[in-house]
Amino acid sequence: MDTREKDIEKLKDYKYGFTTDIENIKAPKGLNEDVIKFISNIKKEPQWMLDFRLKAYERLKQLKEPNWQKPKYPKIDYQDLYYYSAPKSMKNKPKSLDELDPKLLETYKKLGIPLQEQARLNGIAVDAVFDSVSVATTFKGELTKHGIIFCSMSEAIQKHPDLVKKYLGTVIPVTDHFFATLNSAVFTDGSFVYIPEGVTCPMELSTYFRINASETGQFERTLIIADKGSYVSYLEGCTAPMRDENQLHAANVELIALDDAEIKYSTVQNWYPGDENGKGGIYNFVTKRGLCKGKNSKISWTQVETGSAITWKYPSCILKGDNSIGEFYSIAITNNHQKADTGTKMIHLGKNTKSKIISKGISAGFSDMTYRGLVDINSKATNSSNYTQCDSLLMGNKCGAHTVPYIKNKNFDSNIAHEATTSKISEEQLHYCQQRGLNPEEAVGLIVNGFCKEVLQQLPMEFAVEAQKLVGISLEGSVG
Amino acid sequence: MREQLQSDFDKLVKTSKFSNEEIEFKKNFLKNFIKNGFPNRKQEDWKFLDISQIIKKNISDLSFFNDYSQSNKIDPSILVDGLEHNKIIFINGKIEKIDFNLEDQNKIQIIDETKKDILFDYENSLIDLNSAFSDKIFKIIVKKDYSLKKPLIIYHSTDDKIKSTNINLRLNFELGENSCLKLIDYFTNTTAKNFINIFYNFNLEKDSILKNYKIDKFRNNNLKYSFNNIEQGNNSVSETFILSAGSDYFKNEINCNLKGEYSSAFINGIFSLMENQQHEIRTTINHLVENTKSYQLIKSVLGKNSKSAYQGRIFVNSKAQKTDGYQLSKAILLDETSEFNAKPELEIYADDVKCSHGSASGSLDENSIFYLMSRGLNYQQSKELLINGFLMDVVEKITDVEIKNLIKNIIGLKE
Repeated sequence: MDTREKDIEKLKDYKYGFTTDIENIKAPKGLNEDVIKFISNIKKEPQWMLDFRLKAYERLKQLKEPNWQKPKYPKIDYQDLYYYSAPKSMKNKPKSLDELDPKLLETYKKLGIPLQEQARLNGIAVDAVFDSVSVATTFKGELTKHGIIFCSMSEAIQKHPDLVKKYLGTVIPVTDHFFATLNSAVFTDGSFVYIPEGVTCPMELSTYFRINASETGQFERTLIIADKGSYVSYLEGCTAPMRDENQLHAANVELIALDDAEIKYSTVQNWYPGDENGKGGIYNFVTKRGLCKGKNSKISWTQVETGSAITWKYPSCILKGDNSIGEFYSIAITNNHQKADTGTKMIHLGKNTKSKIISKGISAGFSDMTYRGLVDINSKATNSSNYTQCDSLLMGNKCGAHTVPYIKNKNFDSNIAHEATTSKISEEQLHYCQQRGLNPEEAVGLIVNGFCKEVLQQLPMEFAVEAQKLVGISLEGSVG
Repeated sequence: MREQLQSDFDKLVKTSKFSNEEIEFKKNFLKNFIKNGFPNRKQEDWKFLDISQIIKKNISDLSFFNDYSQSNKIDPSILVDGLEHNKIIFINGKIEKIDFNLEDQNKIQIIDETKKDILFDYENSLIDLNSAFSDKIFKIIVKKDYSLKKPLIIYHSTDDKIKSTNINLRLNFELGENSCLKLIDYFTNTTAKNFINIFYNFNLEKDSILKNYKIDKFRNNNLKYSFNNIEQGNNSVSETFILSAGSDYFKNEINCNLKGEYSSAFINGIFSLMENQQHEIRTTINHLVENTKSYQLIKSVLGKNSKSAYQGRIFVNSKAQKTDGYQLSKAILLDETSEFNAKPELEIYADDVKCSHGSASGSLDENSIFYLMSRGLNYQQSKELLINGFLMDVVEKITDVEIKNLIKNIIGLKE
């Protein structure tokens, strides 16, 4: 097999593994005050934003990288990374889609994300983030009619500084842990959503993240604010080219739900997982945190994690408002040498708060999967309840599945229930499916999809179909 | 603390009859302990209850010195009635009596193992502390094919002669092939403010059975730590029952290595806590070979200002197919100031296993209380009945009928 054929062979496994040949503007390599000023300057940010970044950087200097997680990785040289990379054609932001670099449009077409609005039928507004910058946001007109703000973070800093100033860093403060603080210092772009009082967002909002340039870290920051009585469903998808080196992705996502508001946040994470020998792949170290600030508010996280060499994230809910609800639905699949340490935190502060955690982990090949979760019911959170279920499925005896739940109940009026099981696909089930004419891989796919059903049901329609396929693909080659 | 440790150790060396070799051994342990100090909440295993803080708060003037040249009087009133038994009486940090008169003397052997190193890896400075300051270390060997006729009761007792002292006990047990030992740890100490540190090492050969019951029932202001290391061979069974109710602070750790096929480990525990008590059970079950089994059931009833923690870990090696592991922890919180923490952990590397854990905590079910009250019980009686029923579940798991009845009597639980 010559190299070309090999490349094609490789592409079959991870169809998003191509690179786009596009000219980039990069910040100088390394992490220092000048680079932060460079980023802030190129984005024409106001002084308060630069101060925010510098404050985070000051703090970062005192912080140590955490190392309590299960998947260990070689030390990252933070001075050997590019913290800003943008397609050259984006320097003067195009006014409309017609002015967008055709190569970029083509990239998103290949990914199955058409950015031209007329080509869109399913009515999802998309914000596309390419390396460090947001390249296009669709359906702006329609959304503006409802008073919804959906734009890139940089645009929001320029056009809606009051909102950004008021909410940025309130859920994930600059003084948080290492990766979150790193993001606060060098974040480049991301999405900003504001749903005004009483508005139910008429369409799904979606962001598509793509890492293209090499040796680049992607640090996006997303901020979603749902004002009183509003509702929004937000989707996030991500891919990256296949490269032999590991790339860092350290995003921060902050959600804020005010009185009676609801935010539904879904992720289908399909970063490049590395090849079957564990070479390359993305380090996905993301901080996601939601604050149910108001009464009767609700935040629901749904995630399908199939990609990344290492996934290390805990989408969390702080249930501050009385009667607020937090939900977490997760499927995490690891194959080959992938590693995942994921779960959630539910922190109950308000009265009558409820949370639900459903986590499904599947590990195959040489992979390692950990569910790590915290349920903390504060002494003031009377009449609160939590239900947690985490199930793991193991395929083969070279992989591992671990469950590490932390349960803290400081309130006698509250209930916590936790269940976890670990098992394998039973021979009977496999036999039954094969008897009905499915080949072993299809049979496994069917059983796994059934295992994940509770979570898949939570995804919006379009995503559910994609996720279901992804579940099948991720496990290819793990049976027999 | 460093100077005090050193000077208390020097005093110990002066007053005791250790050989030079033994002292060298102890010095090593002392060195390790001085280096690491008491564990604190920065260590994952001590996250929920920080012993270094608790000791600081409760016993500010902790002394490590024990005068092993003095002997203590045995108060016969502490002995358990109504059950013939063998005795080891441990008073004020010193073993005063070892009595196996009811058994065949040829089948039981007691040897001095003060010079023996600890044979497994540990990251626990309390074991260092124990080994540095404990008196002579004995090993009790139960020979092949011998089952003790009567249970062995180890009395842990202190009297008002000592106060604010750290006392240490270390015993090794070896159960030969097809042997059986029933061991009751009976805590009778009622005097105040001592830190008691116990370390047992069990080695279970093929087909042997160990039953260990730890009974800490009577309210006292001592702080206690107990570590059991259990190594299990083929087809061996270990059963541990913990009643954790008396002391201000009590942490029980059990580390169990299932090294032989078809071996099994059972751990059952009760926390029944009141005012300002803080107790913890931490278990680690390592399933290392095929066809091993473990079962854990821990129940807590927590009163005012009390706190309990359960950290259970099941580890399954990639070779250990057909493992069956189960953990369940349940808690009833009776007061708004009570707190329950749990960390049931699974770490699994084999695919053909059946492992599950469950944890539930909440208040007493008002509907059940209403039901009982509608049948004529008053509120207090209904509450007691429900709590007794809740805890009885664990006591019923005890496999030895005689000891089960003894424990029921001690607890005051009626059927």
